[in-house]
Amino acid sequence: MPMAQVPELVPATPEIFLAVIILVLLMFGVFQKDDGVEGEAKTARLTSWLTVICLGLAAMMVINVGGARMIVFSDMFVSDSFAVFCKILVLIGAGATLIIAQGFLSRHDMARFEYPILILFASLGMMMMLSANDLISLYVGLEMQSLSLYVLASLRRDDARASEAGLKYFVLGALASGMLLYGSSLIYGFAGSTNFDQLAAVFMHAGEHGPSLGVIFGIVFILAGLAFKVSAVPFHMWTPDVYEGAPTPVTAFFAIAPKIAALGLLIRVMVGPFGELVAEWQQIVVFISIASMLLGAFAAINQTNIKRLMAYSSIGHVGYALIGVAVGNEAGVQGVLVYLSIYVVMNVGTFACILCMRRGERMVENINDLAGFGKSHPMLAAALTIFMFSLAGIPPLAGFFGKLVVFMAAIDAHLYGLAVIGVLASVIGAFYYLRIIRIMYFDTLEEPLDKPVDKQLSMMIGVTSLLIVLFFLHPSPVLQSAKAAAASLFAG
Amino acid sequence: MSDIPILTLLTFLPLFGAVLILSIRGDDEIVARNSRWTALWTSAINFIVSLYLWFKFDKTTADFQFVEKIDWMAQFNISYHMGVDGISLLFVLLTTLLTPICILASWESIKDRVKEYMIAFLILETFMVGMFCALDLVVFYIFFEAVLIPMFLIIGIWGGERRVYAAFKLFLYTLLGSVLMLLAMLAMYFDAGTTDMVALMKHSFPVGMQPWLWLAFMASFAVKVPMWPVHTWLPDAHVEAPTAGSVILAGVLLKFGGYGFLRFSLPMFPDASVMFTPLIFTLSIVAVIYTSLVALAQEDMKKLIAYSSIAHMGFVTAGAFSLNRFGIEGAIYQMLSHGVVSAALFLIVGVVYDRMHSRDISVYGGLVHRMPAYSMVFMLFMLASIGLPGTGGFVGEFLVLVGLFQINTWVAALATTGVVLGAAYMLYLYRRVIFGQLTKESLMKITDMTAREWAVFAPLIILTLWMGIYPTSFLDFMHVSVENLITQVETGLTAGR
Repeated sequence: MPMAQVPELVPATPEIFLAVIILVLLMFGVFQKDDGVEGEAKTARLTSWLTVICLGLAAMMVINVGGARMIVFSDMFVSDSFAVFCKILVLIGAGATLIIAQGFLSRHDMARFEYPILILFASLGMMMMLSANDLISLYVGLEMQSLSLYVLASLRRDDARASEAGLKYFVLGALASGMLLYGSSLIYGFAGSTNFDQLAAVFMHAGEHGPSLGVIFGIVFILAGLAFKVSAVPFHMWTPDVYEGAPTPVTAFFAIAPKIAALGLLIRVMVGPFGELVAEWQQIVVFISIASMLLGAFAAINQTNIKRLMAYSSIGHVGYALIGVAVGNEAGVQGVLVYLSIYVVMNVGTFACILCMRRGERMVENINDLAGFGKSHPMLAAALTIFMFSLAGIPPLAGFFGKLVVFMAAIDAHLYGLAVIGVLASVIGAFYYLRIIRIMYFDTLEEPLDKPVDKQLSMMIGVTSLLIVLFFLHPSPVLQSAKAAAASLFAG
Repeated sequence: MSDIPILTLLTFLPLFGAVLILSIRGDDEIVARNSRWTALWTSAINFIVSLYLWFKFDKTTADFQFVEKIDWMAQFNISYHMGVDGISLLFVLLTTLLTPICILASWESIKDRVKEYMIAFLILETFMVGMFCALDLVVFYIFFEAVLIPMFLIIGIWGGERRVYAAFKLFLYTLLGSVLMLLAMLAMYFDAGTTDMVALMKHSFPVGMQPWLWLAFMASFAVKVPMWPVHTWLPDAHVEAPTAGSVILAGVLLKFGGYGFLRFSLPMFPDASVMFTPLIFTLSIVAVIYTSLVALAQEDMKKLIAYSSIAHMGFVTAGAFSLNRFGIEGAIYQMLSHGVVSAALFLIVGVVYDRMHSRDISVYGGLVHRMPAYSMVFMLFMLASIGLPGTGGFVGEFLVLVGLFQINTWVAALATTGVVLGAAYMLYLYRRVIFGQLTKESLMKITDMTAREWAVFAPLIILTLWMGIYPTSFLDFMHVSVENLITQVETGLTAGR
């Protein structure tokens, strides 16, 4: 080395920016002089909108960093178009869920400035996960995200259900992190490195003997840990309870941003360092995928709580996304990314609708309370119908295209069994989405839900439902950028 | 080649009308009235536009006409490709004809959420026309399956008492079939490298792969047709659907399956088609005889007509797989005439249902005394359904039987019993509803058809007679395309790799 190098900061500008912003906003919140409930709420609102703006700025910075593959910080941090694509999704998801949360927070005495800051912390963790190029930076990012999420889940301290959700999430999450860590140490022990590129090189030259048993064990443990984070079966048990117990805006956030980050991470780990070992882990992912799709479809049928229903729905959707991971090639990854992009939009819209379900200033969560929704709130009901049909994957709505691309990859890779089970599960899944539509339109009106809907909510619902309906007009941009992102993983 | 994108116009004009209706504001009364008129005008204009196809269509070529092709998902080589040939053209016209009739038929019977109803119907028309025009697998699939959304809502919201059950059954049955077809389409895409249907018809799929693809398509089309034993959704859907829903279901949606067999199964998987012909014949014959017998025992008028639809569709599937000119042209003709006749029969039930709010045969009897004009119209369509010469129903059945007779006498003979049974249940129905003494107190004040109802039936009456008396004007459209289809199957059979 001729000279001490100045660390290359450009690829990490969005992360650094967010970290600085977090500290600034934290100071701002602490030193804000307004006292009393009024003042606190005002501060919280201000912080929230500042946060949304900063998330937008961060997204612009991410775009500015561009898709070139850059590895910095002693090879711990990588930036490529895959990371860029996923980070933008995460930032959009975080910003959108923060916007739709506003009305709920102020109505339920939760308007505290910590809320947006915790979201920022989590987003920062997720961005680091997506840029991880080393098992250690992976773990650091993951924990940063998880710890913020645990706190968010139990943000309503005086609510027993929320505290239970937070605790459950924490205990099981810590277990999963432990498994992940154990897997990483096994990998380090048997392969001699924690760096993704070096690991990939090691496995490429593994020769005929293939990887040692220790490495396989390590992969299984890492997969189990990540499967927990994406709430794939059989590591899904926490999901319904946490989704139900956490405050609804937090649930919305859980259902969107962490899923993308964890799936992105899963893809990066599996096709990056372990890309050569597809044969070893493909079976596992296929199993997880099938189990998630089937459980998501069957278990949701009998749910009456809409948040639990969405929990099972998200388990099912992770199953579909995992089809793309199981394929393990460029087309598969592209499928996952397209699927996730559409998933974000659908879920933002659906949760915005759920947040509209109020009766007498109280949230209602039972789907039977939606009876007569079609009469009392025609536009909202129409939007929710669109989201439900889209979640069920009925063309010409966007959800269909997500499934199409994923199944395309599966058929191309000759995973016929997986594809057939996938489509059959989607038929079963259609049943419970249709049930919601049935309740809204076919059942008669009982006690109508509250009429006025927050402005942010109706705006968000309008935007997302239009995106879902009109996606078919011009799907190419999403497909193309997902393709570019997927290609960047397989370039090396 | 025409310069105006006529098929796109035809497909999306109703959608435009739906958007217009969406923007109607005001109190309920005004919204309902304006929605009705907007829907009627939109669909009527669409029908007039579609007549352009009738006059400009070149009957001497089997190529697709009025073709439009635009890149859509370039990365996957999927394009928005539309076009019609002699097989699909008449179905497009049938759709555009039946939609305004349906809207007119629901003028007074739909009082609740008129705006949403009309929107759903126009969207439905968009999807149906698009389905018949699509020349790309993915575009086809999108239209094919999207039909479920408005249909589910039409049955579920405006249907009868067990509407929820019927709507779910319709949706899930159809979806189950279609998703398997989707996978088959993707497998075809990877074998042929394109989703363009014109190219796929020329592509020969490996003989080992064909049966699987064929079965996957069969899963979808058999539900749509519907063939025995996956027909059970149809009576439920028909009984619960509002009149116009039944009309469009019987008139157009059932044709998706038969059209699919002709468009995909035969030309693309000729080996598998020949291989599975005995299966199709068996299922068709069972459908014809079994459902005719079931129809004989029905007490509900709509259910009876629904079962008769299944029996008539049995002729279609048998004819399509006879693989000769008579059989295939007969199948298409049977679909068209059934589209008109069964639509009319459901409307006929709707007329008395609007007055008495019952579909039970036992509620009626002796209607001829108070409703002579109605009885006349009923008789015409009843006879057309039986297949009386001079009506559209005769030509289709006759051609199918001729086609079947050439390849398998037994199948032809068994199918013919269906005609006899058809006469039995239709005449029995007619006798119980129309003839006899007018004894029931409730029927004493029933009124004959109104001007609006005449307007609904007039085009159908003309069409049925026209199709029966001068079938050439319709058959001329098909000849070349059907010849081409048979050639495709034959070359496909010998080329099999």
